[in-house]
Amino acid sequence: MRRLKPVKSSSKKTQAKEHAKLPIVCDVDMLRSLIRKKAVRVVDVRKAEDYQAGHIPTAVSLPLARLLADDKPETVVELLQELGITEEMPVVVYDDTFGALAARVAWTFQYVGHPNTALLETTFKQWKELGLETETKARTYPKTKHPLNVNKDMYADAGYVEAAQSQQGKLLVDSRERLNFLTEHIPTAKNIPYTMLGANGNILRKAEELKRMIENRGISPDAEIITYCGSVGTLSGLAYYALKMAGYQNVKLYPKSFKEWKSLGKPKEEFKEANYWDLSAE
Amino acid sequence: MGKSRVSAVNPKQKGKYAPKPASKWGREEETEFFANRVKLFRQGKISEDDFRRFRLQNGAYGSRLHAGYSMVRIKVPGGEMTPEQLEKIASLSEAFSIGSAHVSTRQNIQLHWVQLEDVSEVMRGLVDVGLTTREACGNTVRNVMCSHFAGVCPDEAFDATPYSKAIARFLLRNPMCQNLPRKFKINFACCEKHGLVRVADIGLVPTIKEENGKQVQGFRIYLGGGLGAASFIGHLLEDFTPEDRVLSTCMATVRLFDRHGNRENMARNRMRYLVHETGWEKFQKMVLKERIAVEMTTATATAKMYDVKSEEDTRQLPKAPRMTKLPMLNEHVNRDSPAYERWLHTNVVPQKQEGYFTVFITLGAGDITASQLRVLASAIRDFSTEGVARNTPQQNFAIRYVRGTELSEFYGRLATAGLANPGALTIASAVGCSGTTSCNLAITNSHRLAKEVQRKFLELGLDTDDSLKNSTIKVSGCPNSCGQHEIATIGFFGGASRIGGAMSPTYTMLFGGSAGENGELGKAVMRVPAKRVIDTILKIVEIYRNERAENENLDQWIGRIVRGQGTASIKNLEDIKNALSSVIQLPPQEQDPDAYMDYGSDAKFTAKTARGECAA
Repeated sequence: MRRLKPVKSSSKKTQAKEHAKLPIVCDVDMLRSLIRKKAVRVVDVRKAEDYQAGHIPTAVSLPLARLLADDKPETVVELLQELGITEEMPVVVYDDTFGALAARVAWTFQYVGHPNTALLETTFKQWKELGLETETKARTYPKTKHPLNVNKDMYADAGYVEAAQSQQGKLLVDSRERLNFLTEHIPTAKNIPYTMLGANGNILRKAEELKRMIENRGISPDAEIITYCGSVGTLSGLAYYALKMAGYQNVKLYPKSFKEWKSLGKPKEEFKEANYWDLSAE
Repeated sequence: MGKSRVSAVNPKQKGKYAPKPASKWGREEETEFFANRVKLFRQGKISEDDFRRFRLQNGAYGSRLHAGYSMVRIKVPGGEMTPEQLEKIASLSEAFSIGSAHVSTRQNIQLHWVQLEDVSEVMRGLVDVGLTTREACGNTVRNVMCSHFAGVCPDEAFDATPYSKAIARFLLRNPMCQNLPRKFKINFACCEKHGLVRVADIGLVPTIKEENGKQVQGFRIYLGGGLGAASFIGHLLEDFTPEDRVLSTCMATVRLFDRHGNRENMARNRMRYLVHETGWEKFQKMVLKERIAVEMTTATATAKMYDVKSEEDTRQLPKAPRMTKLPMLNEHVNRDSPAYERWLHTNVVPQKQEGYFTVFITLGAGDITASQLRVLASAIRDFSTEGVARNTPQQNFAIRYVRGTELSEFYGRLATAGLANPGALTIASAVGCSGTTSCNLAITNSHRLAKEVQRKFLELGLDTDDSLKNSTIKVSGCPNSCGQHEIATIGFFGGASRIGGAMSPTYTMLFGGSAGENGELGKAVMRVPAKRVIDTILKIVEIYRNERAENENLDQWIGRIVRGQGTASIKNLEDIKNALSSVIQLPPQEQDPDAYMDYGSDAKFTAKTARGECAA
């Protein structure tokens, strides 16, 4: 168990101006140190009532549902401003599932122009199990100005996915669980279920492990990869970051995912030759 | 962040005793090698056939009509598993499979629908906890089985477990077993009642013989048995084989099979065909002669690799506390009895060690979820003095060395995860191979049918009827017997028949099979549409109840019918066929299209199969 260090307020006001450049995943020690220095905006994406019951110190609340209600870039930038996030400020996002909700929010922040966003390596439940500090005080910060700077390279829509299906060097990755994938998926997609991305309490495995698992699939390091999942881009958001961790530079998320694809009546690949659902022990 | 590690050690753990160290079967370098072979295969640098052989040799079986996925078969010699192994399999099933694991009928654990490219990752995880998939499929010596009662069975001569592990270790990766004509199966029993010794290439029953006033340990060894499209019952090699000749007997048998087995005709290349075609008496002489050659030519260093001593569990387990009142295992129960009493009656048996009990976990056709595996692992740590589980050929788990005084608490723990269902040791615990859920050869969904039988029987409380207790239901999805239908009291194997012009899933029903040293093969009775199987069994039970002799159990009555010795209205198999003819009738397809579909499917039935993966 980690020893608790009290959260101290920083005496040097200048420190806050030197912004740390975050890695894809921020570890617990790094986050605690940033919190002590008041040099980070922590974003809790769980439900509002969970946040009220206790959260990581200094964290603001942004339930995923609120972001998804309207995730137009202009609206998301307004959210950033409302949460008191400035352009360079490090932002660390966490959830209580297995990183997928946090990933969807982090991806959206980066998409609208806040690249200095990271996922916390663990979930809130594990944070508590480690005996780390929490607080119940609801936090608000003075409104900031944040520019809108949409990063189109991170995003794919149905039309883009459709075109990619037949393009060399582009690969579709379905991050739903195996049985859902077997049942139906977008033609040409490969399955990297979200279940294989995390391990031992970390939302994502170590970079070299992820790299090995993806290389095992024979995916070329310079491939362009588009991830999607069932409905709103959470599981595939996590897969997006797993691929980034593994060193893939050109990754895109299709946030509207299979739900939209089906509603547009686009072709699906199905596998009906086996009764694999009957293997479930439920 | 070791979250799983933190929770893996239960702070309230009662295991005051050193946990049993896991046997080391797996090797790290083989995982890397497998990953590289997959890459070469994908790059077209290895032929499909060569890769297939390699893949099977390493325990990855192709999935139904989808070669990009594998069923990963984890070899578990003697079925013995530590809590750490169960937890690892839980995580691997979540990460790379479908979130559940499956107990096979030969004490393997199977993970289904694993992407071929992830198989090496599964292997890597297994090596961490001492397990391997090596030689779990293909033309090799498959998992060596040992009765899950070995060591606790009141009727056994001695514990066969260390012998089974020693022979498994000797033969694993042994050059003499790397290119056999076909697969090879070795099964150890504890006593004459338990174990599958007559339906294996080599079956061994421990026994003690007095020689010159000295007690000598040894085995009755049966050769040339096996289940399949054509099944045979094994032959007794000699009255007594002393333990110091077990290795040479096994080696001699494998060598003869390797030399004389049919390498041309895949349909007839199991050793049982060789024995059958050679004639038993001749084959017996060949084995006895070959054994002398083996004994004369085997280097001492080689023979020392068979080391029974090193496989023995030398821990002194504490005595169980004396109980003032024994649990009411034999009290009469019925469907309305309290759940705990019903469970005691159908899932718990006393061991030869006073005060200790073996508890069975009822699974549905061997399926167990990742979260159930974790609960099971923690329960084993807290309640089994032995500290391990054994999986059983009835596709359940046996947890041994549970103190009688703690049965009720143990039950409570299991119940939190749906692991305390009754019926494990009764007719309700139907066996089902994987069938069309994952196997290329399957015609029907035997897996689901077995689960439906179990569900219905528990609902009706048939597990509480002691006259049915010794009877078994086993279902295979094709004639190849992975569901061991030929040693069931009532067995079924899947097929396709035209009924009123419509192709329909059907099962051939067999009567009167049994396991153990006096095991017999079932006799085919009739074909039954898949959706009529349950009603048919229930009708048989009804007829039996009307016609049985006093105190006669269902399996005894069925045995009598098979022999044509019925004394009431049903005299023989012909009579039972007639009596069941109305139950198996289907209404016209337009009236009830569902009756013509298989379980788990809402589409018109078609019999689709592909090349089997049983032979490499």
